[in-house]
Formats: sequence, C-alpha cells, structure tokens
Amino acid sequence: MKKLVVALVAAMLAPVAMAQNVKIGVVTFLSGPAAAPFGVPAKNAAEFVVETLNAGKGPAPYTKRGFGGAAIEVVMLDEAGSTTTQVTEFRNLVQRANVDLVIGYVSSGNCLAIAPVAEELKKLVNFFDCGTPRIFEDGSYEYVFRTSPTATMDSVGAALYVKDAKPGAKSIAGINQNYAWGQDSWGDFELAMKQLVPNIEVKTSQMPKLFAGQYNAEISALMSAKPDVIHSSFWNGDLEALILQGGPRGLMKQSLTILTTGETAMHKLGTQIPDGTVLGARGPFGPYAPNNAYNKWFLGGYVGKYKEQPNYASYQMAQAFLGVKLAWEKAQDANGGKRPTNEQVAAALKGSTFEGPGGTVRMAIGKGHQAVMETAYGQTKLEGGKLTVVNVKRYPAEQVNPPEGVKSADWIKSGFKAK
Amino acid sequence: MRFDRTPLLIGAILVALLAGGPFLPQWAMFMVTIAIARGLVALGLMLLLRAGLVSFGQALYYCLGAYAAGALGRFFGISDIFAQMLAGAAAAGLVAFILGFLLAKYRGIFFGLLSLALSMILYGLLVKNEALGSTDGFNILPSTLFGIRPGPDWVRYAVFASAAVVALLLALAVHRYLRTPLGRLAPAIKDNEIRVEYMGASARHAVHVMYVIAAVLAGVGGALAATTVGHIDPDMAFWTTSGEFIFITILAGTGSVVAPFAGALLYGVIHTTAYDLSPNTWQLSLGAALLLIIVFLPEGLWSLFRRRVSHS
Amino acid sequence: MNQLLSVGVDGVIYSAWLFTAALGLTLIYGVMKIVNVTHGSFYALGAYAGASLTGAWLARGYPPMLSYVVLLAAALLVTLLVAPLIERAILRFMYAKDEVVILLITYALFLILEDVIKLVWGVNPYFIAEPYALLGSFSVAGLAYPTYNLILVALALVAGLGLTWILRSTRVGKLLLAVIHDPEISRAMGINVNRYYLITFTFGSLLAALAGSFTAPTVSVVPGLGVEIIVLSFAVVVIGGLGSLPGAALGAVIVGVVRSLSVHYMPQVELFVIYFVMAMVLAFRPRGLFSLAEPRKI
Repeated sequence: MKKLVVALVAAMLAPVAMAQNVKIGVVTFLSGPAAAPFGVPAKNAAEFVVETLNAGKGPAPYTKRGFGGAAIEVVMLDEAGSTTTQVTEFRNLVQRANVDLVIGYVSSGNCLAIAPVAEELKKLVNFFDCGTPRIFEDGSYEYVFRTSPTATMDSVGAALYVKDAKPGAKSIAGINQNYAWGQDSWGDFELAMKQLVPNIEVKTSQMPKLFAGQYNAEISALMSAKPDVIHSSFWNGDLEALILQGGPRGLMKQSLTILTTGETAMHKLGTQIPDGTVLGARGPFGPYAPNNAYNKWFLGGYVGKYKEQPNYASYQMAQAFLGVKLAWEKAQDANGGKRPTNEQVAAALKGSTFEGPGGTVRMAIGKGHQAVMETAYGQTKLEGGKLTVVNVKRYPAEQVNPPEGVKSADWIKSGFKAK
Repeated sequence: MRFDRTPLLIGAILVALLAGGPFLPQWAMFMVTIAIARGLVALGLMLLLRAGLVSFGQALYYCLGAYAAGALGRFFGISDIFAQMLAGAAAAGLVAFILGFLLAKYRGIFFGLLSLALSMILYGLLVKNEALGSTDGFNILPSTLFGIRPGPDWVRYAVFASAAVVALLLALAVHRYLRTPLGRLAPAIKDNEIRVEYMGASARHAVHVMYVIAAVLAGVGGALAATTVGHIDPDMAFWTTSGEFIFITILAGTGSVVAPFAGALLYGVIHTTAYDLSPNTWQLSLGAALLLIIVFLPEGLWSLFRRRVSHS
Repeated sequence: MNQLLSVGVDGVIYSAWLFTAALGLTLIYGVMKIVNVTHGSFYALGAYAGASLTGAWLARGYPPMLSYVVLLAAALLVTLLVAPLIERAILRFMYAKDEVVILLITYALFLILEDVIKLVWGVNPYFIAEPYALLGSFSVAGLAYPTYNLILVALALVAGLGLTWILRSTRVGKLLLAVIHDPEISRAMGINVNRYYLITFTFGSLLAALAGSFTAPTVSVVPGLGVEIIVLSFAVVVIGGLGSLPGAALGAVIVGVVRSLSVHYMPQVELFVIYFVMAMVLAFRPRGLFSLAEPRKI
C-alpha cells in the first residue's frame, strides 16, 4: 500500500520534474504516399537535429544544449488521416500530452485547419512545409508561424527561370494534380508567365486525379500539343511515374520540362531523369543549398547518420527547429533565464532573421510570421553516372515573394510590383 | 404494453452530459462532440439498415451539411449554431428529396454503390471548385448562441451542449418515428418487399421518406462536425468517410437509437488510441480492433446491453 | 485524325490495365457474392513483390529478358502466401453473415494489410525501369509508345479469354458456374463449395496481384497504391455488372475510352467522369450492363 502511495506521489510530481525537458510535438506523414518524399525525410531531419542539439553540438549560434539548456523531447504524430483526425490529435497533443509547442504539417488543408485551433489553445505552432499562401493572407495569428516560404515562390521562380532559360518560349502546358496544391501551383505559374510573356499561349492544362499513377493518355495529349514548356508540381509516386512514363517517350526532350518539387525525385530516380529537366527544391535546399557552415553540418551529419541525402523537406524541418530555438533562447534571456512562455517565444520569433542550412530566413511578411527566402532552379545533367544540376539561377527573395500585406495573386497580377 | 425505457435513457444521458460537461477536460469534450456529430449520421444509417439498405455514400449529406453551415458564415456572416444546424438539415434534406426519387428504387448492393457514386461526384465537384478552396477547404466562423459569442472557455461547452440537446432530441424523434406505421414498415421491407406491396403500402415511398430523414440527420451531423473542427473540406464527401460511418453503425448495432452515439464514441476512442500507441502502425491496430469487434460482437455494441436486460 | 488515333491507343492501353485489375473483383463477387476490399491490397502486394524481386534479380545481373517471368512469379508467390491464409483463417467463418458485414471485414483486413506492407517494404518508393524500357517503343500518330504497354494488353486478353475458356470448357469451370448460380443446390449435389471458394478467392486475388506486378515497371510503387485501384475496379465492375466477365470487359473499355477522350479534349472533367458514367449506367440499368439473373423471393 505504501508503495502505491509513493508511486502515486512520484507520478504526480513527475510532470514537475520532467518540466526540465522541452516537449515538442512533431507532426508529419509517417504513412501513406506522402511519407517517403516528405514525412520520413522530415522526421529524420527532426531526429538528427534534436540529437545534435541535445548534445550541444550545434553550429554557432545554436550551440546551447537543446532549447536554452533544457533537453528537447519529441512527441511524434502521424499527419495521415482526415482533417478531423488531425484537429483531434492536435488538441490531444496540446491538452493531453502537454507539449510546449508544435512543429509540423505538410498538408495545406491541415495547416489551414490547425491555425485557428492553435490560436484558440494559445499554443505556438510552426508550419514547416505546407505551401498555401492563404494562411497569412486570409488571416492573422499570434501563435502561428511558418519558417518556410510559400508555394507562390515556387511558381514565380519557375516562370522567371523559364524566361531566362528559354526566352523564345511561346507556349506552355501543364500537368498538375487535381487538388488545391496542383491547381494553385499551375494557376500561379500561368498568371506569372502571362505577366512575363504577355502573348504566351496555354496549350493544355492536364489535371489528373491525385495518385492516378497512369499518365499515358496525359503524356500523349501533352506531346501532341507540342508546347515549348511543360510545368508540373507533381510529387512522389506521381512525379516518379511521370518521369518513368514520360522520359522514354521523349516528353522532356520535346519540351522544357520544369518540375517544381523535382528535387525529391533526384536521389532515388537520378539516372532516369533526362538531361535538361528543370528541377525545383521549393527554395535554396538540397543541391541549391549554400556552402555555409550550417549546410556542412547538416548535410554531413544527415548523410553520416542515415546514409542517404536529405531532401528539401529535411532542410525545411531543420530550419524550423533552428528558428524556434533561437527565438526561445532570446525570449529566455529576456525573461531573466527562466523558461519563456509561448507568448514570449512568439514575440521573439516574429520578424526575426536567422541562418540555416538553406541560407538566410527572414520572417518578413504575414506581419512577421511568414518566412521569405531566395529560390533557385537548375537543369539536370548526368555526369559520370551521377545526377548534377547545371545552369543554376538564383532569384532574390523580393523578386519571388509578395511584399507585406499584398495577396500573392494580386501581386502577380500587378506585375510583381514591389511596395 | 412494455414500458418504453428509451426516452428515460435519453433524458438521463442528456442530463449527465450537460451536468458533467464543464468538468470534462477540453479534449474529451471535443471528442464527445465529434462522437455526437458522427452518431447522428450513424443514426440515419441505422434507420436505413433496418430496411436492409446500406448507403455507402452517406458522407454526401454529411459534407453538404458542413458546407451549408460554412457557406452561412462565409457568404452571409451568420454563425448561430442552430442556424448552422438548420442550414445543414435543409441542404441535405433538399438534395435527398430529389435524389431519393432515383435511389428509392434500388436495393442491396446497388443502392450502396449508386450512393457511393453520387458522393464521389460531389467530391469531384468540390475539388474542382477553387472558390471554395478545393481540397484545402476553408475555415468556419466559431459558433454563436442566439447572438451571443461565448468566451473562449465557454464556446466549446456551448457547442457541446447544443449538440447534445439537438442530437438527443432528434434521437427521441427517430425513436418515436420507429413506432409509427411508416417506421414499422422498415423491417417488413427488409424481409419481404413484395408482401409489403400486397398489403397496400408503398415500399418506395417508405424508403424515400427514410432516405430523407437519414440525410437530414447526416446534414445536422455535418454542420456540427464543421463547427467543432472549425474546418470544412471535400474529404468529408470521400468514400473513406462514408466507410467510417458504416463501421460505426455496424459497431453500434441496431438495438437502440442511443447505440449509434455509443458506437461513434467507441470508434473515436479506438482511433485515437491507435494513433497514440502505434503511430507507425495505427492502421493495423484500427483494422485489427474493428475485425475483433465484428467477429465477437456480431450484433454490435448494443447487444452487450440487450443480453443483460433479457437475462434479468 | 491523328489525335483520335492516339485517343484510341491510350484508351486501349488504359482499358486493358483496368480490365486486368478489375477482373478478379468481379470473379470473386460472382462466385462468393462478397465485395472484396482486399482486392486493393493484393494489387499493392503484387506491385511491391514484383518491384522488389525484379529489382533484386536485375541487381544480381541475371538476364533482363527473364524479368517478365520474375514479375509473374512474384505475383504468384505473394498471392499463394497470403490469399489462402486470409480465406481459411478468417473469411471461411464469415460467409453466413450479411453482405455488408463481409465487406467491412475485408475493409478491416485491407487496413491491416496496408500496414503489413509498410512493415515489410517500408515507405520508400520502389521502381524498376528496365523491363519497361527494354522492349523499345513503337510509334503511332507520331507519338512514341513504349512496347511494354502491349504486354499489358496481352495480359488482359490472356486473363479474360483464359478465364472464359476455363469457365466454359473445363470441368472445374462448369462446376464453378454451378456454384455461381446456386451454392446451396451445388452443395446438395456434392460439390465441395468451400474448396471452390478458396480456389476462387485465391485466383481472383492472383489476378489483382498480376495486375499490380505488371504495372510496377511503369510506376513508382508507393504506399497507398492499393486505395486508388479499389475505387476504379469497383466502378468498372459495377458498370459492367457484378459477376459478369464480358461486363467487366465492356466496363473497362467504356471507362478507358471515356477517360481518354476527356483527357484529350476536356481535361477539367476527368476527375469525376468515371463516377458520372457509373451513376448514369446505374440510373438506366440498375444492375449494370450485363448482370446475372437473380431469383426473387415471394
């Protein structure tokens, strides 16, 4: 009986003792089609970064152990399932597991649903990957942040690259998945191209179902139309199927094909991608990452631990952690060394600038909650059996991200007017 | 005549929920509210099941209800919770009335598959509709109660309480309906439709009415779910959502109008537990749990209570 | 004219693929009267087994031309391991239950198998490009098509014609037809109906696995591969009439051609055109285009 009492008391006191740890909820795809290209690379990055930070081995200024001296404890959650499930599980994370903050979410639908819930529960959440600009364009939040740029950047960057790489292009076509991501990506790209090349002709816009897998008919339609440029925001299985089915038929040779999330296919499918295909990494990640100390640390450590290359989802997760860490520590210092509240961390993260393996991240728009970065695109070239990128062009953040307070679609339509 | 315990049971549950609500942790209140919303849809399915019909596309009305409630807020700025539920009911009921003319003629697996096709058509239409956000959907305004916007601590309870009251009233109504002549026709249709026609009743008419009732219930459930989760997207019309409802219905059994709510709650608990305990293999846990329940409790959850009652 | 030709070729290829994928489903329904959701799982199992075994084969430097045999063997292997197990251990006890309950049981099994696949093969995509590229390509209407697609067409023809021949001309087939028409009387006549259920379930699942295995070289095998196929197969089978082989063929052709047309001329409706066709067919022919006669109780 005494043992039971002791155990109960210990259990009640335990949360207080464990409060030394910083509990972070990490939400990303552990199952389903999004696991391989985004979820697992992101999870791996999270685990690597946390391990390194907890050992105090991060590069300056990330040298402090964990977050401000307290070890990081990760609670991992699968992002698969309906929005209802995700909202339920987010509430459980916050109210049952009592996490200090949440980093995660790849799916734009989930991000949109979670944002108001985070506000309601007053819990800091950092979206690390989802692309829709709507989050901070349609609403403003105190507790919600995104340390990666929006998908607008990808489409505008793609259009700029097309103009640079194929200035004589007269027609475009697209093959995108028929859901919000694909529709928005194509929509923005089409708008941007029309601004840059006013008489551009749109030959066809193929919108197959998500995860259709069989694209013979779409490829035939694209090849009959003979556009100068083909745009695709396909990812994972669909992207690989497109490459595997389109490559042998000469799709990429006939038209300049730009794959805005192509970087994820680079490592697995490398030798199958025809030369000259334009690959995007949703920002300065992967092959486009700068040669700075952070990238050396991240790339070297990640490859050393997992024996495979990190992709852009890994980079985004890494910088999500780094940005929050810096803000946490800044808030902690301002708080006299005591654990900061979510409000204090939010205040420190807002409008901040930090460095990561992808370069400089500036929380410049969305009232200081949304990050902007430069972007880069390049073309593939098989050299000695290894896939590399050549003809890389970089575009500064201001050229590919809308200014503060302006909606992406309006900004593009205005001819990319800076404020 | 045997004493009808169900209204008493409904009343007792309602009182328990309303009184106990404020003491529940918020995440539990959230789960119960979602269970109530899903339970409503399952209640409608139970109704159809009594007539031997399984709708694989009930998510159609669930989704319509949600979008109707969302549209109220988005286009008209109305966020009163009862208005939302009413809008859900009306939208679902109207569509069901029209589609019922076609569907009431089908039986068995074809009823199921045609309803599936219709729900997937709605899904396709919503995905194509960029004004409504396509697959990203849109957020719904937090509900107000009779014009008052409850404070952040009370809004959950307000939704929870309204849900409980409306749902249990609807359950009571369905219970009463099942005792009417039209309601009693359901098992007769399941057994032998031709004899029903010989008796002078119209099986088609009865099925049409049941279909609309089930749709209205699903519409209210959808509106409730929308305001509880705060977000609406086309996934609510996808066949896997319909699948969840069917599972809940079979889980619960057809024993009582309260059973679907219990089934929905159990489903929610199993789902969340699977996520918690086995984040890497939650599908396996969920599938295994459901399989076990189907195998060992073939009459559904409610058979546990019924057995006890009959033994006394 | 050229465009119509390519619509035709695309339609044929897609229809062949759909037919092979849906055939097993209609067979199982026809004989056992169950709507088998694990159909999608077997497709995925076939794809994963095909991709990984062929990948291993090619990595060891064995003759690439034999990789097609490996694909066949992979599908066979994985089906023989899993299908009889499911049927004997679980389904066998459930036949007396309601149609819908059996459907839900197969759905629960599908969920379980999804994670089993994940545990065995992980979440990373598998792909094997050689079998697809090996046979070169042919040209129609100025567009290049890999010759591999003809294998898919051949597979569909062999499966369809083979099954029809088995049902019409062999003893096993004729007994199976008896079971399709009336299991009770068949039992009374001394046919071991349970054994036929086992054979049918295994064979139907094998067809799904074959479809998956031979599709593997053209795609990247990822988790969730099975989900898509379930809905597509259902649509085809319902359009054609549950349990009807010629129905499945016709259904596949209709869906394939309609889809091909919409992709070339009206890409916006491609998303739900298949459900629309399904709803239309059901509205006018409630039991599908060809359906088995079913007695009514009075």
